[in-house]
Amino acid sequence: MDTEISFMLNGRARTVTTDPKRPLLDVLREDLQLTGAKFGCGEGQCRACTVLINGQSTPSCITPVGDAGKQNILTIEGLAGDDKLHPIQQAFVDEGAFQCGYCTAGMILGVTAVIKKNPKATEAEILSELEKHICRCCSYAGYRKAVRRLLAAKQA
Amino acid sequence: MKPYSIEVSSPEDEAIDSNDLLEYTNCDFGLSRRSFVKGLGAGLLLAVPCSAFTQESGRRSQGGFLGSGARNVAARIHIGSDGRITVLAGKVEGGQGARTELTQAAAEELRVPVGHVQMILADTELVPDDGMTAGSGSTPRTIPAVRQGAAAARDLLAEYACRQWNVERTTLRMGDGKVFDATGQRFFSYADLAKDIEASKLFRQAIPSDIELTAVSEWKVLGTPALRPNAGSIVTGTHIYPSDVVRPGMVYGKILRAPAYGAKLASVDLGAVNAMKDVTVVQNGSFIGVAAPNSFRARAALASISSAAKWKTAPPQPSSEELFDYLRKNVEGDVPRNPFADEAAKGKAIRRTYHVPYVQHAPLEPRAAVAEWNEGRLTVWTGSQNPFGVRSELARTFHLPEDHVRVVIPDFGGAFGGKHTGECAVEAARLALAANKPVSLRWTREEEFTWAYFRPAGVIDVEASLNTQGKIATWHFININSGPNAIETPYVVGKTNCQYLPSKPPLRHGSYRGLAATANNFAREVFMDELAAAAGADPLEFRLTHLENPRLRAVLEKAAKEFHWQERAKSKVSDVSIGMACGTEKGSFVAACVEVELDRAQKRIRVHHACEAFECGAIVNPANLRAQVEGAILMGLGAALREEIQFLNGKILNGSFGGYRVPRFGDAPELDIHLINRLDLASAGAGETPIIVIAPAIANAVFRAIGKSVHAIPVSIAET
Repeated sequence: MDTEISFMLNGRARTVTTDPKRPLLDVLREDLQLTGAKFGCGEGQCRACTVLINGQSTPSCITPVGDAGKQNILTIEGLAGDDKLHPIQQAFVDEGAFQCGYCTAGMILGVTAVIKKNPKATEAEILSELEKHICRCCSYAGYRKAVRRLLAAKQA
Repeated sequence: MKPYSIEVSSPEDEAIDSNDLLEYTNCDFGLSRRSFVKGLGAGLLLAVPCSAFTQESGRRSQGGFLGSGARNVAARIHIGSDGRITVLAGKVEGGQGARTELTQAAAEELRVPVGHVQMILADTELVPDDGMTAGSGSTPRTIPAVRQGAAAARDLLAEYACRQWNVERTTLRMGDGKVFDATGQRFFSYADLAKDIEASKLFRQAIPSDIELTAVSEWKVLGTPALRPNAGSIVTGTHIYPSDVVRPGMVYGKILRAPAYGAKLASVDLGAVNAMKDVTVVQNGSFIGVAAPNSFRARAALASISSAAKWKTAPPQPSSEELFDYLRKNVEGDVPRNPFADEAAKGKAIRRTYHVPYVQHAPLEPRAAVAEWNEGRLTVWTGSQNPFGVRSELARTFHLPEDHVRVVIPDFGGAFGGKHTGECAVEAARLALAANKPVSLRWTREEEFTWAYFRPAGVIDVEASLNTQGKIATWHFININSGPNAIETPYVVGKTNCQYLPSKPPLRHGSYRGLAATANNFAREVFMDELAAAAGADPLEFRLTHLENPRLRAVLEKAAKEFHWQERAKSKVSDVSIGMACGTEKGSFVAACVEVELDRAQKRIRVHHACEAFECGAIVNPANLRAQVEGAILMGLGAALREEIQFLNGKILNGSFGGYRVPRFGDAPELDIHLINRLDLASAGAGETPIIVIAPAIANAVFRAIGKSVHAIPVSIAET
C-alpha cells in the first residue's frame, strides 16, 4: 500500500508516496535520482549502499523506506559544499585511494559517520568501522593511506 | 504496431561453450558502415564519416581480441576549433587505470597537460575497435596506438606551421599545446590547426606506424603518478556507472532463473503476473522476464512467476566435493605419462598433485545494462570488457546489422576478467523490445555468483627428479582443465614436458585476472619448495641455482633483500613462518616474500607482511601501478586463504558475500612493494601478473612451519 513518507534528505525536506516496504536504496536511486549509493549485495554485507541516518552508517539496501520516515538522511551527494569537496572526499581524491570507485561513496560515508560521532577518532577506530565495507579491487592500502592523509590534515 | 520488425533468437539458439570463454575469439564479422560522429563540437572531425576510419582496415575483425584499431588520425583524435582535444579509444575503464594512462599517453605526444585531453572510451559509435580490455593488453598495445595517433596530430600541427611560415621543421619548438617559431615570438595552437580546411583532409590520412614517439628519457607526462581524471565525480557520487544510467520512460527488469543448472521449465502460469497492469511479461523460448515501473514491483512480479513455475528435475551433476575426481575422469584424451620416468627413477624423484577450486571475480558492481530501442536500432549501456564483442552478440541475437547496434561502456565497477560477455545486455534488450521502453536490468549478487562464470578449477600433476648435485634433472607438469598460461617453467631444468589438457568443466568457466598463471605458478612454486627441501637447500638459493632469466632473478633478489629473507630464515618463532615465490607472465616479472602466523587452535592463517617486487618494463604511471600491485596481492590473498565456490546438484551453495568471504580491511597485511622501473624496456601490462605469487608464497610459509606439504588452494591447516 502506498504511503506518504517524509524525511530530511541532504538538508531538504522531501516526501515520497510509495510502498513503505521498498528498500531505501531503491527509492533514493529510482525515485529521487540519487545514484551515489550503490547496490552491491542486497544483504548489508558490502556497504556500497551506505547512507547516514541521523549520523549513523546504515545499509540502505536492507532498510525499508518506511523506517526512514521523519529521519535525517545524508547521501554522498549531500556531503560536499557548493564548490568544495568535503575534506574526506578531498583526501580520497588526493591519495588516488580507489580503483573502480564503486565502493568509494560508501567508504567515505563510513568515515564520515565515525568522525561525526567523534571528531578525534583514531585510524584504528575508523578502520574498525570500515571493516563492514568491501572493496573488491582490494584498494585497502590506498584507503588506509587516505585515512592517514585525512587525519594528518586535521592535525595540521 | 512498431514500424519495424525484429526477429529474436531464443536463448536455446545461443548455446555457450564454456571452453570458448577461455580462448580469445578472433572471428571476422565483416566490415560495418558506421555513422557520423556527432556531439564532439566543431573541429577536425565534424565532416568525417566514421566509415572512413575503417576504410583501410579491410576485412579485419570486429569484436575480436585485438580489434582493428584506428586507421586514420581522425579516428583517434578530434581537435575542436576551440582547441579542445578529444581522444577516442576502444578500451574500457573498470578500475584498472586505462582512462588515466591513455590520457597520459595522448597528452605526452600532443605536448599538452593531461587536463587538456578529454578521453572517450568504449562507445562503439564513436571509438575505434581497440579489441577487448583483457590479457594485460592496454599497456603494450593501446597506449602505443594512442601515442601514435597523438604524435601524428602533433606532426600535422608542425607541418601546418611550416607551411604558414615557410620555415624548416627543425627550426620549430613544441610545448604546452603550441608550436613556436625559432624566435619563440610566433606560435600556432591546435585551435588554429582545427580551423584549417586542409588539415581536415590530412586527418583522414592513415597513422604512420613508424611515426617517431617520444623517447622514454624525454617523458614528461608518462611515467608520472597522474590521478584518475574523473576522480571528483566518483567521490561525489555523480559518476554514472552502468547500473546508474537512466533513460526517459525507463522501466526495471528481472529475469526468471532456473533453480539449478540444467533445470528445464516444465510449465508456468503467467495468469497472476499478467493481471499486474503495470508489468510487462516477456517470453522467448526459455527466457522469461518482466519489466515494471520500479525494481520492487519487478521483484514482486518475478516472485509471482517463480511461485507458479514448475521445473523438471535437473540432470545429476558433480558437486564441489567430487570436482577434482570428475575433472580427471573427464579429461580430453589420455593423461600423458611422465616421459622421463626411467631417468627420474635413477635420481631423487617426487610426485605431487595440486587442486585449484572454482573462484569468482565478484566485481562489486554486478552485471548491469540499460537497453533502448529506437526505430529498429538498439543502444545498450553496460559494463563489459568487450564492447565490440557485446555489439556482435546483440546483433546476432536480434538479427541486426552491427551498425544498428551501439554499445556504450561507462566506467564501471570492476571486472577482473569476469565481464568478457554480454548476457545482461542481451537480456535487457529482450525486455526493452517487448516493453517498448528503455529497460534497466541489474543482476543481483546471487545472479552474479550463479550465472556469470568462474575461474577454472584445475588438477595439476607434477613429477620431478633431482640429480646427485641436487639440481632438477627432469620436470613433468600436467594441468587438467584450468588452462595453459605460464605453464612452462622459467627455471633451467634438464628435461621438461609441460602440457595443458582440457576437461569437461562442470561449471561455466572463463577468464580471470592472470587466468591459469595463478594455478600453474602455485603448483610449480610450491613444488619448488618441496624440491628445495629434498635437496637440503634454502628456497631462495635453490631457485637462484635454477634461474638464468635476469629479469626474474632481479625481482627475486630484490624481494628477498628487502624482506631480509636470509636473516629471517634463521629466526625461529613458533608458528610464525616465511615463504617465497616468483614467476613471470605476459612480459612482466614478480616475486614475493610473506610472513604468516598460524593459529592452530582456530585453524587460521594470518598474513602479517607481504613484500613484493615487480617489474614490467618502463613504468607508465607509478601510482596506478602501485594500486594494481596492492590490489592484486590482496585479491590473491583472498583466493589463497578462503575463496572457494561450493556447489551441489547444479546449485551454488555459497553465492553471497555472507557465504563467500572476500578480503576486507582486517585481512590486509603490511605491504612492502618495490617497483623496478626499467626505462630501457617496453612497458608491459601489470594488472594480472602481481597476483600469481601470493598463494604459493603463503603455502610455502605454511609448509615451512608445519613440515607438511600443501597441495591445494585455499591453503588450509585444518588437518594438522
